[in-house]
Amino acid sequence: MEMWYTEEQTKNVRFSIRCDKQKYSAQSDYQRIEIFSTPEFGDVLVLDDRIMLTTKDEFIYHEMITHVPMATNPSIKNVLVIGAGDGGTVKELTRYKTIENIDMVEIDSMVVDVCKEFLPTVSCRLSDPRVHVHIDDGLRFVRRVENEYDLIIVDSTDPIGPGEGLFTTEFYGNCFKALNENGILVNQHESPYYKTYSKAMRQAHKKLVEFFPICKVYQAHIPTYPSGHWLFGFASKKFHPTNDLNESAWNVLGIDTQYYNTRLHKGCFALPTYVTKQLLENE
Amino acid sequence: MKLSQERAPILEALSQYRENRIVSFDVPGHKQGKGNPELTEFLGRQCMSVDVNSMKPLDNLCHPVSVIKEAEELMADAFGAANAFFMVNGTSSAVQAMVMSVCKRGDKIIMPRNVHRSSINALIVCGAVPVYVNPGVNKQLGIPLGMSVESVKNAIAKHPDAKAIIVNNPTYYGVCSNLREIVKIAHQAGMKVLVDEAHGTHFYFGDYMPLSAMSVGADMAAVSMHKTGGSLTQSSALLLGSSMNPGYVRQIINLTQTTSASYLLLSSVDIARRNLALNGKKIFERVTSLASYGIQEINKLGGLYAFSRELINGDDIFDFDPTKISVHTRDIGLAGIEVYDILRDRFDIQIEFGDIGNILAIVSVGDRILNVERLISALYEIKRLYTKNPAGMLDHEYIEPHVECSPQEAFYSNKKQLPLDDTLGKVCAEFVMCYPPGIPILAPGELITKDALEYIKYAKIKGCNLTGAEDMNTDKINIML
Repeated sequence: MEMWYTEEQTKNVRFSIRCDKQKYSAQSDYQRIEIFSTPEFGDVLVLDDRIMLTTKDEFIYHEMITHVPMATNPSIKNVLVIGAGDGGTVKELTRYKTIENIDMVEIDSMVVDVCKEFLPTVSCRLSDPRVHVHIDDGLRFVRRVENEYDLIIVDSTDPIGPGEGLFTTEFYGNCFKALNENGILVNQHESPYYKTYSKAMRQAHKKLVEFFPICKVYQAHIPTYPSGHWLFGFASKKFHPTNDLNESAWNVLGIDTQYYNTRLHKGCFALPTYVTKQLLENE
Repeated sequence: MKLSQERAPILEALSQYRENRIVSFDVPGHKQGKGNPELTEFLGRQCMSVDVNSMKPLDNLCHPVSVIKEAEELMADAFGAANAFFMVNGTSSAVQAMVMSVCKRGDKIIMPRNVHRSSINALIVCGAVPVYVNPGVNKQLGIPLGMSVESVKNAIAKHPDAKAIIVNNPTYYGVCSNLREIVKIAHQAGMKVLVDEAHGTHFYFGDYMPLSAMSVGADMAAVSMHKTGGSLTQSSALLLGSSMNPGYVRQIINLTQTTSASYLLLSSVDIARRNLALNGKKIFERVTSLASYGIQEINKLGGLYAFSRELINGDDIFDFDPTKISVHTRDIGLAGIEVYDILRDRFDIQIEFGDIGNILAIVSVGDRILNVERLISALYEIKRLYTKNPAGMLDHEYIEPHVECSPQEAFYSNKKQLPLDDTLGKVCAEFVMCYPPGIPILAPGELITKDALEYIKYAKIKGCNLTGAEDMNTDKINIML
């Protein structure tokens, strides 16, 4: 018997991966959680019929969502991570000895538990003593905080379902308030290619621009995400992501990465023309 | 034999109809959607296939004898009423049917002035004369409350010939009067009690809710199934106590009711009633806990005041609807209508209404905690980004009316349109109100006072949607000659 996981990336586009077996499947209070093992991508985490990560290509996403802000401001000490129940983002952050505290706010405790059990290579650093896992709605958590964090990373699902609140004006505004004067917000920024994703991307950018004086977007190539072309938002009160980059300071840290490097850091903010146009329309 | 609440007779008949694949040579002309593909694409085939006309197996709302009759009996049973009517022209039509069932031309009817326009509309149509009872007013919030028992007693003593009393249960803000006592004293005086429960459907199902009209022996109640009960917009129900003659009420309803009642609306009431009867208790327990969480969180912020049951005073706030999130906004220097507009334009959040000093968010059967979190967080942001000095803001929602003649007489009188400022001291011949909430600032037959004009101008500046006047911009008002 052949077994394939097929994701309907749009109404007209499907993406399939051959599976060896389904390792886990359950419905939490918020979403359907599934894990497949596959010959090409290793173990795959799927939430509500959307691939969240695969153990083969997760390094791209998690390196890019963390090292870009960390290399821009190496003195970041206090970090808030929203979503990211799989632990991948936290895993990258814990590689910085200089970070003192990481609050991770995930709404769905089942995602954390499942990833701890089935995806140990991703979730392995959730037990780091600097990491504090809060099971809560990110929107609710952040509205109570003021002037506290150096960095907020929004590692969310798509803006449909439990992640919806993390793409709203009120959320970005509350994040602005929760950041100190050096604060940087990096978010999963959807994709520019297919219409539904690009709409979410444009709206997110438009909302961020209302709050942050510096709003840039950077890209990465992620094979298992729709269109393979994925974006991140870099919104900041003070630091410019390329002008303020101190390459030698980051390289001296000797962090061994597979995707990120400081040359790429400078390049990833150079966007295709059609993407730049879409963003400019909304500024 | 009494039908079980698990049944939904109209739904069952429509499903049967769909299965039978009847060839239709009757109206509507779209013939299950085939004649209007664009509309079918938009609404869906399922929906279009049951947009049908009255026919024997589907009964007829004007003269129900089979499935609609059964569905109405189930409704009556679920709400503890002697009889029930499905209404397809909104709760406005139910309110009008109540008034017209007990009042003829020239009859007096006692009502609080903060009724919905539909009650006063009914007076224009049938010619009954209102005796207004001033509701209590909360000075801090500026909002009109319920009627005190004392004020109702006084009105009855002064107008022993009045035919009926209208009671809001609750008001738009969620305030309830002492309905049980009002029913008692009205009945002693031989008056009927008509209850506008447009915002009270859930009182019949949830625990710890204010008392419902039927439970305290009121004669009629208009319940807006679509507002908090989950049926389609415009669908509603009229409930009757055992004192009313259902045959006569049906005749009154049929004076103005369509003869082509929508089966989409009818089936939606049928299905919503079944859901409420079977699951209502659980549903409204959840709704109440969502609302009370929202209220607590908003009050933690300071500046915004989400008011609720702490206001209960045993009199003109006899009870308070725990499913509402009513928030006083004036202390952060913003009119309710301004917060209402900011929520929609900047945060993509649509609430029920904003008036001069308050906003109202309705929590109902369809809500989730994540949405309540969004509302709370958006209000936090509004306070952070928009707070102004509240000095100089209008501080009241209620303007005491000075009635010069009946609404009907004024509405049909010889009249003249004058610019707002020239109308001071004249008698108004039309409605002026902010919509929502649709409670008249001026009703036909009332003296135009300085207070009223000031309120109208202020509401316009703040961005309220003023309606009721012939002049769409409410720059001019019709006055009696």
